[in-house]
Amino acid sequence: MLRADVSPSRALPTHQQAEALQLVTPDGVRRPDPEYDPWIADVDDEQLEALYEDMVVVRRFDTEAVALQRQGQLGLWPPLLGQEAAQIGSARALRSDDFVFSSYRENGVAYCRGAQPTDLMRVWRGTALAGWDPRAIGMATPQVMIGSQTLHATGYALGCVKDGVDSVAVAYFGDGATSKGDVHEAMVFAATFTAPVIFFCQNNQWAISEPVGLQAQRPIADRAAGYGIPGIRVDGNDVLAVMAATRSALDRARRGDGPTFIEAVTYRMGPHTTSDDPTRYVNPEDKALWAAKDPIVRLERLLHARDALSEERISQVKEKAETFAAAMRSGCYGLPVPEPLSVFEDVFVEPSPALERQRSQYAAYLAMFDEEA
Amino acid sequence: MTTMTLAAALNSGLRHALDDDPTVVLLGEDIGTLGGVFRVTDGLQRDFGADRVMDTPLAESGIMGVAVGLAYRGYRPVVEIQFDGFVYPAVDQLVTQVARIHYRTGGAVRMPITVRIPYGGGIGAVEHHSESPEAYFAHTPGLRVVTCASPQDAHTMIRQAIACDDPVVFFEPKRRYWVKGEVDESFDDVPLLDRARVVVEGTDVTLATYGPLVITARDAALAAQDDGLSVEVVDLRSLSPIDVDTLEASVRKTGRLVVTHEAQASGGLGAEIIASITDRCFDVLRSAPVRVTGFDTPYPAAKLEEHFLPDLDRILDAVDRVMGRQHSLTGWRAS
Repeated sequence: MLRADVSPSRALPTHQQAEALQLVTPDGVRRPDPEYDPWIADVDDEQLEALYEDMVVVRRFDTEAVALQRQGQLGLWPPLLGQEAAQIGSARALRSDDFVFSSYRENGVAYCRGAQPTDLMRVWRGTALAGWDPRAIGMATPQVMIGSQTLHATGYALGCVKDGVDSVAVAYFGDGATSKGDVHEAMVFAATFTAPVIFFCQNNQWAISEPVGLQAQRPIADRAAGYGIPGIRVDGNDVLAVMAATRSALDRARRGDGPTFIEAVTYRMGPHTTSDDPTRYVNPEDKALWAAKDPIVRLERLLHARDALSEERISQVKEKAETFAAAMRSGCYGLPVPEPLSVFEDVFVEPSPALERQRSQYAAYLAMFDEEA
Repeated sequence: MTTMTLAAALNSGLRHALDDDPTVVLLGEDIGTLGGVFRVTDGLQRDFGADRVMDTPLAESGIMGVAVGLAYRGYRPVVEIQFDGFVYPAVDQLVTQVARIHYRTGGAVRMPITVRIPYGGGIGAVEHHSESPEAYFAHTPGLRVVTCASPQDAHTMIRQAIACDDPVVFFEPKRRYWVKGEVDESFDDVPLLDRARVVVEGTDVTLATYGPLVITARDAALAAQDDGLSVEVVDLRSLSPIDVDTLEASVRKTGRLVVTHEAQASGGLGAEIIASITDRCFDVLRSAPVRVTGFDTPYPAAKLEEHFLPDLDRILDAVDRVMGRQHSLTGWRAS
């Protein structure tokens, strides 16, 4: 039986208004926090400008990708509009030897990990099932199945402990995924074995058309306590709060104190994917409330209040964003259609006679067309 | 050569694998202190530590997903699913992740995971403890599916499965865990993991089977001999890929094929084998191939399993049927 307040017209159930760690207000005012301020004490104007640059670049290429889909160049794209701070603030806290297991929406995280413009296009243009070599950038192929990657992160984290290193695995997932059994099992395993893993939940209020009220009747971060995992709720549109919480969780994991659950409260300003029509379920007033909390505008305000972010720097940032978006577009156009027989490649490491037989039969079939030509 | 049970042969195979490769890690429910509900991992946690032989929370999807993460990190996990009927929660991770991460990543990430599953009936168990779900996995691209029938194969094949860089679903015939046989642990000159083996030579009928029914099929071949029939028994060993070449060679000799397995008939391995052999050997088949299988019902209550499970008499009836013999109960048509 669903509770009465779970209704598609209400994107934000009352419990979602619960307090979250906020270090910068939507107006760009810095709010002191004795517990979390030390984690970002080193973040000076230059670093803030770098975070600003990341968010602008990510928003720009995300917009470009939507355009590419509208122009028929991509089959699909899952926009991350509105979630830039949650992705950049967390991903920029990581070391290169940490490992990310994400969902399909974390293209901002992939950018921070070092994915190249063309890498971000492969999957969505349909030329490959993965954009990059996971070990090359410390990020697994983004997961399409909801929540499965939380277990992978937990297993990877156990491997780090066995190897005697202090690398950390980070699982990115959404509010919808928190209803999945795998996410629950991942938290049980992580708590039992004190795995150095961060469960980073971007609560963007929506699982396609389903409001978060269909997934949770309490703040999602509250669940962590039941597993014996520290849980924190942060303002996901505040890049500093996200970074502080992530750094604190990373430190905890590296010290051998195990997992942390972070709920970054944010809002999916776009559709679930380019195939979705949010006008059927999103209340425009709710969306307007969240637009006023925009993560990039907020940081811009903070920087201006600090007399940072010169016009010159802004134009540099714009240029970098344009360059990345252009590289993505040309990379997209340049992606070769895979050879037909490559469909048979990499099913197994070791040869499979049965598959070889199918391959040779199909090769012979294709060759007949060559002979006709 | 040492005489040991099939369960002990698996145990010694696992022990060799743990000794040979520091990246081998065992995960499962009750596999540590208890040594597994069938004692297949007996003593391994004591000798290799709780770090390498891990008792896990009671969550099969969790075990499988954590194995994926360990494989990402360069480990070679060996997962125990306690009973055949408990594997279903792990099927999501197996089918959507384990089976295809190598394919997904264009060969960049390997999933050398072995999934051990005690399977099959005949032990008078309660529901969910007697099933033969191998066809689900054989249908899944990217998984290798194997099963053993003798202590020697159990020992050799588990070591090969763990050493294999592809994911292997390893079905253990639980009612044969206590069968004894000679085991050579030298690991020299062993047959490849994906090859079938002719275990009884014959000329009249090819009887293809695997796992728990190999012993039953050998008995059937012996009984048929008394009746003047020469039955060739082929132990498939590998269910995906199937060694069709070995089967084809046998059927080209006999011209007749019976396939038997405990699993249900529809969409099963028997259908796959008969389709492959009909495709390749239509010219030499002297009668329509026949399946002897569990019925297309859920696995029944223990007091009914003797009816569900193929036994010596049902197999011999099928042999008579492909021979066109009048005393076949199921195949004879009075004209």
